[in-house]
Formats: sequence, structure tokens, C-alpha cells
Amino acid sequence: MALSGIEIYKFLPKTNCKECGFPTCLAFAMKLAQKGVELSKCPYVSDEGKKALEAAARPPIRLITIGDGERKLEVGNEVVLFRHEKTFFHPTGLVVRIKDSGGDAAVKQAAEAAAYSVERVGMNLKLNGIAVENASGNADTFVKCVEAVKGNKVPLILMSKDAAAMEKALEKVASDMPLIYAATKDNFAQMAELAKKYKCPLAIYEPDSLDALADLAQKVMDTGVEDIVLDPGARDFAKSLTALTQIRRMAIKSSFQPLGFPVITFPGEGASSDDEAAMLAAQQIAKYAGIVVLDNFSSSVVYPLLTLRLNLYTDPQKPIQMTPGVYEIGSPKAESPLGVTTNFSLTYFSIAGELEASGFPSWLLVCDTEGLSVLTSWSAGKFDAAKIAKSVKEFKLADKVSHHKLILPGGVAVLRGELEEELPDWKIMVGPREAVDVGGFLKKQWTS
Amino acid sequence: MSPVEVPVEKWTGKKSEVTLGGTGGRKGITVGGENTLPFLKFEGTIPNKPAVAIEILDRKPDDWSPHLMKVWGDVMEDTGAWAKKAVEYGADIVTLRLRSAHPEAGNTGAAEAKKNVEKVLSAVDVPVIVLGPNVAEKDNEVLVAASEAGKGQRLALGNCEEKNYRTIAATCLADGHVAIGHTPLDINLAKQLNVLMSDMGLSLNSILMDPDTGALGYGLEYCYSVMERLTLAGLGGDKMAALPMICQVGGESWRQKESKAVDGVPESWGDHEQRSIVWEETTAIALLNAAANIVVLRHPKTVEMVKATIEKLLSA
Repeated sequence: MALSGIEIYKFLPKTNCKECGFPTCLAFAMKLAQKGVELSKCPYVSDEGKKALEAAARPPIRLITIGDGERKLEVGNEVVLFRHEKTFFHPTGLVVRIKDSGGDAAVKQAAEAAAYSVERVGMNLKLNGIAVENASGNADTFVKCVEAVKGNKVPLILMSKDAAAMEKALEKVASDMPLIYAATKDNFAQMAELAKKYKCPLAIYEPDSLDALADLAQKVMDTGVEDIVLDPGARDFAKSLTALTQIRRMAIKSSFQPLGFPVITFPGEGASSDDEAAMLAAQQIAKYAGIVVLDNFSSSVVYPLLTLRLNLYTDPQKPIQMTPGVYEIGSPKAESPLGVTTNFSLTYFSIAGELEASGFPSWLLVCDTEGLSVLTSWSAGKFDAAKIAKSVKEFKLADKVSHHKLILPGGVAVLRGELEEELPDWKIMVGPREAVDVGGFLKKQWTS
Repeated sequence: MSPVEVPVEKWTGKKSEVTLGGTGGRKGITVGGENTLPFLKFEGTIPNKPAVAIEILDRKPDDWSPHLMKVWGDVMEDTGAWAKKAVEYGADIVTLRLRSAHPEAGNTGAAEAKKNVEKVLSAVDVPVIVLGPNVAEKDNEVLVAASEAGKGQRLALGNCEEKNYRTIAATCLADGHVAIGHTPLDINLAKQLNVLMSDMGLSLNSILMDPDTGALGYGLEYCYSVMERLTLAGLGGDKMAALPMICQVGGESWRQKESKAVDGVPESWGDHEQRSIVWEETTAIALLNAAANIVVLRHPKTVEMVKATIEKLLSA
């Protein structure tokens, strides 16, 4: 929890010595609260005060970075339980696991998963990494597999409970900052040593209870490891939801440091079919997983999951805006209908969905209304005849459609007269007020 | 080290309970009644599990995905047979959409609605939801006929909308049915419609809320957050926000391009059939975690998976 200037002031010496460069301790405290200066500027703050202020400045869930380079994965640093309270900040990392016993087929699957990309609302959605499990139990096989996967240049999770095998793999890929999975109550001392030696984040696995998990986390923290990922071992739907909710609440509502880390899940271990694993992964994206490790790579499952992640991690205060332009619904031709709408993504999707369902391939002109819906942008003066006319010209619609007819949203029928003046060569039609009536409108009214 | 003390919320409110069926020889299903967030049994009680409904139409659809057409096959020719098949596939509730009453889809009237409702009621003994074609005048006409045909069977009828709720709410009141109130993704509008409907005399045990469903990729996040906000308000003691919620998951997810388009889609979308089903499953599981009490689905595979998942979520 962030402290106010007054709260910080309580921990300062209150001598107004000015050595920090500020005229008074209070002025320094105010600047600290705005994060405009470092606490170390005060030579007289007590160790106790330092500790309290550092704890207060710490995010409730530590930000963990896995991998380096362009595709590094950052998870954690969340501050709310419900996205409408603020937003979820760091999208759940979606990772595909292969086994080192899987041979070339496994390595090939890893390469496919790493290369996968799907476009949605102008963004390229990708998976975030590869987990390599030492299923063979053989250290050399593990290292060979890790090296074969390394070239994909995506974050790695190294999975082995054998510290010797882990070290052999780390010798090859530690500079890529892989996540070490996992320290258990039996091997944590060796694993923590490796995490420190190779400066990599460390996952801890403790399925007995949250008490035991917190206990192990504390022990690992006491060794000096700071970057931790939690695996509470709660595999099925109910246990996962309960454990992940409790961990999130402990971190955010109780500022309980030993559980203030991102959580990793393995939906494939809690499900009996691919579809069930997909649903469990979906639940974990919604409810509090930092990293979800999938056991299979299949586009038809990964695409919906990436879409869900995009949806839930969208900032509710800043809805996704569509890029202004002309969108093709179906494969429209010169004689297909042309409608105009705003660039609020939900407006766009409502209309696009209805056009898709109507059976009429269509053109949809999306005007820049700064992400506002039809009526809101109209009343704010951001969706008027001049702007629509400008967009029609800018995107050269006269060349795209032969009929020169433009369908206006029914909610802004009032713009028709003005728009006819702005676009003298066009016929302006007034469409329905609601998206749901678009199909019926086209059936009844549309002739090119 | 001290044991972990998990924060447990002390909610003051709970959702009202709504029973469909349960009279006239029909099985009863009750939803709602929980005083905690979805599936969190460590802090409250969940007396009734979420129910799964299957949506059928009163005519063979002409715009459904080939994968739905294939899996349902010939029963789509006959409303009664379709309803029966839906129950075989595990539907707790059958949702009959009177699509043929739509002016663009046949414009049938009260007589046809009565006939189809009777067919479904005699074919199955599970509770039945009847939805109109979403055109105000036609909704009023066919839902009144449905109400009379199902008198004494405690159906759910919808949708009541802000601008068109009186006739449907009144017929529900007269014939002992549950009314479904639908509002467009807005917590205040949802609460206001509940107030208007209860002012007419419908009890809070006779109203279901449809806060509007956005499918995965098509506004799911809006619907998810509106539902979470309604749920938190309801648990906080606001009775007008604490009504069970129904979500049209199947209809919304199967009308999107990801489910509908057969050709010309990117290879990165993967296998069409599995993608479509996962689309519906993912939408359903997300909204169940946002406190949906009834999910209306279309594909039998989704029904099987979602029902099994609900059992697992409540098994702990």
C-alpha cells in the first residue's frame, strides 16, 4: 500500500537538517510520496523507518520477469481482485510444456508454439514461452532438449526437481533468464543457491496447504532469493479457484509478503480432456493465474484463450479502440452495402457481428470518435456530419462502392440533412437504432 | 511461522432464489440463493448449482453453423423432437426461442406460438424458458400466448425490456411464470428494470436478470464486469442487484465469425469445429465465474463439458 506524505513523515528524523536538499523533513516526505526522490537522500532515517518505508513501497504482488529480449514475460504487480476496480496490468503468461522424453516431435511442437501468432483487433497475439520438463530423469537428455528449444528465443521454464540436472541446464541457458521450476521443501536450499548463482527467478511448489506454501516461500526469501513464483499445487477447478483467490486476497488485502508473488498453474494436470483443460485454463486466466502452462499446442484452443486474456486484461477505463478505416465484413463488392459507425470497439463488434449474421457482405466505415459510442460521441461533438464526410473522402469510399449510398446509425438520424449537404453526390440512408435490427433493415431496404 | 489467515468477506446480502417448473408434474429447478462469490464455498453457502439450458428454435434455423446443424440433424424439423433430444443431451432446462414469429423469419402469430409451446411442454418434463423474437409487438403477442399455453407450469418468459416490459410482466404475474428482464450491459439499468418489474407485483423470486451477454472476443469483458459489479452490489445488500442471472452464451458465441465462417479464415484460428466449441465453452466458464446462474448453450459437447465443470467446481 502506498503511504501518504504525512505517514512517511512519521518515520523521518524531523530535524529539518536540509541535507536531503529539501527545506524541511515534511517537504522531503511529500516528495517521497510522489516518488520524486530516493529515501537514501536522508542520512539519518533509522533502519526501522527504512524497513517500514520499503515494505510500504513494495507492490503487493512482486513483478517477475522471465526471459530477456523482445519477448520477455512480465507477470505480477497486480493491485485489484476485480478488473472493474482498476484494471489487471500484466496479462497471464501462456506457456506450452514439452517433455524432454518427447524427442524431435516435442521440439517441433515447441517451435510451432513459439512461432504462433494470431491477429485480433489490430494486435498480434502470441504465446509467451516454452516449459521443458525433465520427464526422462536424465540430465543429459534434459540439457539437450533445453538447448534445442533455446533457439526459439522465447522465455523458458526449466522443470526438474533434480538440482544437478537443473544446474547443467542453467549452465547453458542462464543468461536467457529462465524460470527455475521448482524448489520444494526437500530441495529448496540447493534450488535457491542455483537461483542466486545464476540470477534467475525461482518457482516453489508446495501442495500441502497455504501455510506450508507461505512457510517455504519465507525460507526461500530468507536465503536472499527475491524473484519467486508460487505453485500451490491446486490442480482441479475447485481447488485452483479457491487457492488462487486466497493467495490473491492475502497479497492484496493483507499485504502478506510470503504470498505476494505471481502463481503458476498446470491446467492439463487437473483435467481429463483437452476441452476441459482449455476451460480450466480459461478460468485461471480470469481468476488470478500469473502463468498458465498448457500441455498441448493447438491453434483452436490457443486462439480462444489468447482472446479471453486480451478481453479480461483490457483496461476498463480505456476500452479498446478500433483503428479508424474501412472494414470488410465478409467479402464485400462494389455493390455491397456501406454503413458508418464509431471506433468504440463494442459498437464496432455489435454492428460487425450483426452484419456478419445478416448474410450481406458489407463495408463498414469506422470514424475516429476517440473510442466513444454513437450517441455519446454525437453529443460530445465527435461524431458529426463534417467528420463523417471527411472520413468518406479520406478512405476513398467513392472508389470502393458503386452505389454511393451511406447508411447512418438510426440514433443519429438527425445528421442526415447536414450530411447530404456535405456529400452532395451521396444518398444518405437512415439505418436502425439498434444493431440487432441491422439484418432486418438490409433485407427490407437494401438495393444497390 | 503463524498460519495464513485468509481474509473471508462477511457479505450481508444474498441472491434471491428463483424456481422454474416444480408444478403441474414438471420437474423443478431452483437457482440463486448463494451468499458468496461464485464457487467460493469457504466463505458462504451455495444452495443451488448453476443450471444449463439448451436453446432450441420453433423452426429449422437457416443461419446456424454447419457444426450445429450436423450435431442436431433431423430433430430440428420438429420442435417437440428437438426438445426431447436436448434433454437426452443433458439440458436441465429447455429454452424455446419463438424465432418464427420474427417478421423476417415467418411472422407467425399467437396460434403457432401456442402450438409450439404445447409441443415442448408435452415432449419434456424439465422446466421450459420461452423467448420471443426480440421485436416488441411480436414478443408481446407470442409470449402472452405462450404464457396461457403454459399456465401452471411455471415457465420463464422473456425478454422484458425497459421500453417493453408491462405486457410480459403482467402475463407472468397472471399465469404464475418467471419474467426475464434484459438490459444492455449497464448495472443501473438492470437494477431499474428490476424495480419497475417488482413494482408491478412480481416478487424477487419471479424475476431473472439477463444483463446482456457478450461472447468471447465480442464484448465479453463488459458483460463479465457488469455481472461482477451486480454480484458485489447484491452481496453488499442491494436486493435489486441480487437476482439470479441468465446468460445467452450459445446464441452469442455461435453467431460470431469464429464459429460461423467456414471459408477464408486465417490458418491460425485452427480447426473450425473445435474452435467453435471451445469458443462457447470458454465464454460459459468465464461467465460462470462472473456469477451466471443459468447458461443457455447450443452445442451438446459444450453442455456435457460445462455440466461436468459445474459439478467439479462445487465438489470441494
